[in-house]
Amino acid sequence: MARPRSRRGGQTRDGWVLMLPVVVLLGLFLVAPVLMALWVSVSDWRGNGSPFGGDVGFVGLENYRQILAGGGLAERDFGTSLRNNLFYVVLVVPLQTVLALLLAVLVTRRSLRGRGFFRTAFYFPSVTSSVAITVLWLFLFSTSGVVNKILGWVGLNGPAWFQDPRGVLHLLLGAVGVDRAPAALGEHGFLGITWWDWVAGPSVAMSAFVLMAVFTTSGTFMLLFIAALNNIGDEIEEAGLIDGANAWQRFRHVTLPMLRPTLFTVLTLGLIGTWQVFDQIYTGTQGGPAKTTLTPAYLSFQSAFVNQRWGQGAAIAFVLFAIIVVLTLVQRWALSEDRGSRGERARAAAVRAGATARRQGGGVTGGAA
Amino acid sequence: MSRNRTSLASVAAAACAGLLTLSACGGGSGFDDGGSSGEGGGDGKITVLIGSSGDAETEAVEKAVADWSQESGTDAEVTVASDLNQQLSQGFASSNPPDVFYMSTDQLGGYVENGSLLAYGDQLSNADDFYPNLRQAFTVDDEFYCAPKDFSTLALWINTEKWEAAGLTDADVPTTWEELADVAATLKQGKQPGLAFSPEYQRVGAFFPQAGGAMTNEQQTEATVDTPENEEALDYVQRLLEDGSAQYSSTLGAGWGGEAFGKELAPMTIEGNWLVGAMQNDFPDVDYTVAELPAGPQGKGTLAFTNCWGIAESSPEQEQAVDLVEKLTSAEDQAAFAQAFGVIPSVESAAAA
Repeated sequence: MARPRSRRGGQTRDGWVLMLPVVVLLGLFLVAPVLMALWVSVSDWRGNGSPFGGDVGFVGLENYRQILAGGGLAERDFGTSLRNNLFYVVLVVPLQTVLALLLAVLVTRRSLRGRGFFRTAFYFPSVTSSVAITVLWLFLFSTSGVVNKILGWVGLNGPAWFQDPRGVLHLLLGAVGVDRAPAALGEHGFLGITWWDWVAGPSVAMSAFVLMAVFTTSGTFMLLFIAALNNIGDEIEEAGLIDGANAWQRFRHVTLPMLRPTLFTVLTLGLIGTWQVFDQIYTGTQGGPAKTTLTPAYLSFQSAFVNQRWGQGAAIAFVLFAIIVVLTLVQRWALSEDRGSRGERARAAAVRAGATARRQGGGVTGGAA
Repeated sequence: MSRNRTSLASVAAAACAGLLTLSACGGGSGFDDGGSSGEGGGDGKITVLIGSSGDAETEAVEKAVADWSQESGTDAEVTVASDLNQQLSQGFASSNPPDVFYMSTDQLGGYVENGSLLAYGDQLSNADDFYPNLRQAFTVDDEFYCAPKDFSTLALWINTEKWEAAGLTDADVPTTWEELADVAATLKQGKQPGLAFSPEYQRVGAFFPQAGGAMTNEQQTEATVDTPENEEALDYVQRLLEDGSAQYSSTLGAGWGGEAFGKELAPMTIEGNWLVGAMQNDFPDVDYTVAELPAGPQGKGTLAFTNCWGIAESSPEQEQAVDLVEKLTSAEDQAAFAQAFGVIPSVESAAAA
């Protein structure tokens, strides 16, 4: 197999030459800015002149300390923004994934008339600018807006959505009579805010953003699921049918396991997207009311561009980056093939084997238990 | 002034030369090459970056700057920022800031700390003409950084039609907290409150000085938020809100107090001078009168809002920039601005004129 060395060397060189434009572009527009930001996050640069100027000093991890253990406003703001975004992620990612899958299954059904129309309709919010959608949302969810009108028809008095800083979980707890912090939660905390505040849940304002995110991104992920569903051959579905599995069993034990790679992609993209939410906040609420829609991405922008704390802004961005990487790794581990339930995989494998056997002209011998 | 100018010019020239050298050095890093060749970079042109409230303000500033340009023979260009904070900080970060720009009081601290601002206040010939408290707002560590360009205060806005419909007359215009509570209750109709204002400190805080409170002590060295005076003010506002005679504009589905007032969702609001322009443009059919905010237990009080004309420390045209600001803050120009978009001049001589 070994080729003459010189020829291989030539190939390597050609390879590098062909890759050069991309390497240069990535280096210039990705690696260099990231390294610059990394430097800013450990420097005392205050946004005046070049960050590599002579008067800019190295301060080590001081900026990180300020936001993670500074004990001041910077830490409290960062804690608050993490809390807000955590609830946003926890709600948006599962909801949008389930909805996207549901829509994809619905619009790939042969029996559905006008599938093209529905696909376009569901995908439409994804191609609309997030700024336009945010403005639309502000109208829909204003105090006298459409949403509250509709709630009014069924006798509900809708909240002042984007002005309401009350946490949803606090509201629920309040409904059952728990309206102040138990001592254990009220006195201790993490990142400058008490545990009681950590469990406040998304504010009413943030909930409106959650609904918006689910509305806009489900369409995009629906497309991914449609592509994956189209890749699953009809014969597999047929095999399940012949083996006597009902619609739910076929979906749960045949289709879903085969969508695993797509599911991983959708969850990962969802996770990354939701941790970086910015445009909606910038256009909609600027972090208000009472900082309950503040997110790390927006806080990073605000620290740097508004408060001239560029080091802290960059540090927030890197902490956010670390959170996203760690969570993605955790998720990859959780969804990896080895960790799937064994019985489930065995069943799927058996169905696949049966389908293969039939396709190859064999008799109906294989079958799911 | 003329005596001042010569020494100033030489200082500016020296600073300018120093800065040019610096920016040339900085250029070597490869990341801020734009700095020395960009708009602000020593080509003798003054760039002015403003955050405008609307066409009226933009046109007025453009005209004033163009006039100065003609007199002085220096090119000047006005740019309206879509996001002033961001564009300004980007300018500074890339060593290419505008020469002259709007600077708000809440941004001042950050820019002073990072050394972006030229402390030119005392170089102005009309430095002593500014109202002392406005001057104070832009003074950090005894340095008068920048000239207040104008100011606005809060007042009570009354919808004339609804006022008369409720059987109220000019004599009923409230002058005390009790009277305000009374007329608000009178004007209240079902779900519609008598008074509406935006849910923010910048409105509710107007009641603090009326009760004798403030957010900081007079030297602005200590926070004094949790005083009994402030509590009294908040109690009063809470009372109004609780019995429904007052409501936040957000509860009424309006973005701010002015919108609630213009849409006639509430017959009274607490807003600033800028509402004049909004009423003209958006709600020309609503008749209104404006009254002083009623006095609290400790007398009259209101909040003033102001911006200044910031000048970049790194501007190569500092002398020209200061000259431009001197003209823009002159009694004559400020009177024109007041005419155009309803602000109050920041110099005492304009009030006399």
